[in-house]
Amino acid sequence: MISLLTTDFMRHALLAGTAIAAACGLVGYFLVLRAQVFTGDALSHVAFTGALAALAFGIDPRIGLFVGTVAVALLLGALGRRGRADDVVIGNIFAWVLGLGVFFLTVYTTSRSTANGTAGVTILFGSIFGISAGQAVTAAWIAAAICVILLFIARPLLFSSIDEAVAAAHGVPVRLLGYVFLVLVGACSAEATQAAGALLLLGLLAAPAGTAHRLTTRPYLGLALAAGLAVVEMWVGLVLSALFSRIPPSFAILAVAAGVYALVLIADTLRKSTNGATKPAPDHTPTHPERALI
Amino acid sequence: MPPGSPIPSWNLLTDIQELWSFPFMVTAFRAGTIVAILAGAIGWFMVLRKQSFAGHSLAMVSFPGAAGATLIGVSTAYGYFGFCIAAALVIAARPRTGSGGHSEESAVTGTVQAFALACGFLFVALYKGFLDGITALLFGSLLGVTDDEVLILLIVAVLALGTLAVIGRPLLFASIDPDVAAARGVPVRALATVFLVLLGAAVAEASQLTGALLVFALLVMPAATAQVLTARPGLSLVLSMLIGVLVTWFGLGVAFYSQYPIGFFVTTFAFVLYVLANAIRLGLPRLRMSWSTA
Repeated sequence: MISLLTTDFMRHALLAGTAIAAACGLVGYFLVLRAQVFTGDALSHVAFTGALAALAFGIDPRIGLFVGTVAVALLLGALGRRGRADDVVIGNIFAWVLGLGVFFLTVYTTSRSTANGTAGVTILFGSIFGISAGQAVTAAWIAAAICVILLFIARPLLFSSIDEAVAAAHGVPVRLLGYVFLVLVGACSAEATQAAGALLLLGLLAAPAGTAHRLTTRPYLGLALAAGLAVVEMWVGLVLSALFSRIPPSFAILAVAAGVYALVLIADTLRKSTNGATKPAPDHTPTHPERALI
Repeated sequence: MPPGSPIPSWNLLTDIQELWSFPFMVTAFRAGTIVAILAGAIGWFMVLRKQSFAGHSLAMVSFPGAAGATLIGVSTAYGYFGFCIAAALVIAARPRTGSGGHSEESAVTGTVQAFALACGFLFVALYKGFLDGITALLFGSLLGVTDDEVLILLIVAVLALGTLAVIGRPLLFASIDPDVAAARGVPVRALATVFLVLLGAAVAEASQLTGALLVFALLVMPAATAQVLTARPGLSLVLSMLIGVLVTWFGLGVAFYSQYPIGFFVTTFAFVLYVLANAIRLGLPRLRMSWSTA
């Protein structure tokens, strides 16, 4: 167990994974609060196309990842009202973006003689154990930056997420915050693609955040809980997949995250149904508990 | 995958004759037509009911379905239908937590979707030597459907469209105004369940041709285009199916003559139509008004 933790690939995976998980937990908390999970989904698919486009043109896939996700994040913001895009618009754009991704995948695998035939699969499903020392350090710094910026704007963003109209009336720059948040989601998707893959990072965004929302209605506690849960789930997943080598790491991480969420949902539903039979008083479910705390 | 290197002449008739001289192209055209009509009709209701996210999640579930079927050694068609319809029932059975639970529902959907994809990846990892097939499962291929499977596609499509024809009117009513429909005695909840099962069947059909990741294009793009072009329900429903068929035919034809995959062409043609339709609506509002009143 200890020898496992000191191997190089595990140390890099833990370093990158911890930072990425914390960023995903924080960003995901707001995604769920703002009911923008579908946007996160779309951006995760854009990550796939961005990375493959970069590979097809022969540049570092990480550049493609970040440029693609941040650009589409801004586009989605511009198309929607007040920095929130409509589901049908999102659906149309990312369905086409995925089609483009397939195009670049074909260009990459047929035109470059050095092409790695499984590049598409790696980007879709991640390969955190294949991350190098330099990549891990870069990923950790970027994830740390995402966390810091998000915590810096957390208070006004909470306010504008919970009640946009009142926040705007109080002089909070609602639209600008919406854009900044979308850019953070884009950057976070690009980061998480390296760890969990473009298809699976949605779980990393949604599951810890959903669990935190279910466990507490207090926003700052919820934020901390989402980040903490994501990090612990990442660790458990990494260790599990290192112990059982047939299980891919991204599956292990997602299975742990989804399992914790499912347990919390079941426990909470059971508790509510037993409580609800004896006392129907809605003592802990005011309509906007967060509003009272800001 | 690309059959030799046929070169298109500019005589459309000869091209079509050449296309159809290959039995697998005839099969692909038959399958594509069936799938496009079904996806156009079901997708139209999906867009109307704002269930894009649910449709997308069902599409994602088709991937572990097919991968799991391959792992245990049965036809992928069973995997597609089994998983998609089961997932549709799960989404329908999920308890409604009231209007406040909307954002949390999307967290659940997102988690389920990412976990399903992760399961698919696990199945692929467990099934050695299947890594080439993964791209076809995700992005489709011209050779994805055999003659026997076309028959299954046809039977399921006829059943689904027949059901849709029976429940069409009340479903339209329930989709546009669920509260009024419920007050009039329309069984809104039962209709929603039936519709989700139909959506699951449509997704399972379409993923066999376009792959799990691009089904969504056939569901959402023709429907969104049709709903932009006209507000009359009957007309836009027919238009949606027509656009779907046209886009699929062109996609199949062009994909045959090029080295790039069908998914790219289908999504691109559909997206171009969607953008054009929006441009027409924004550019010629007066003309559109005179059309809809005519």
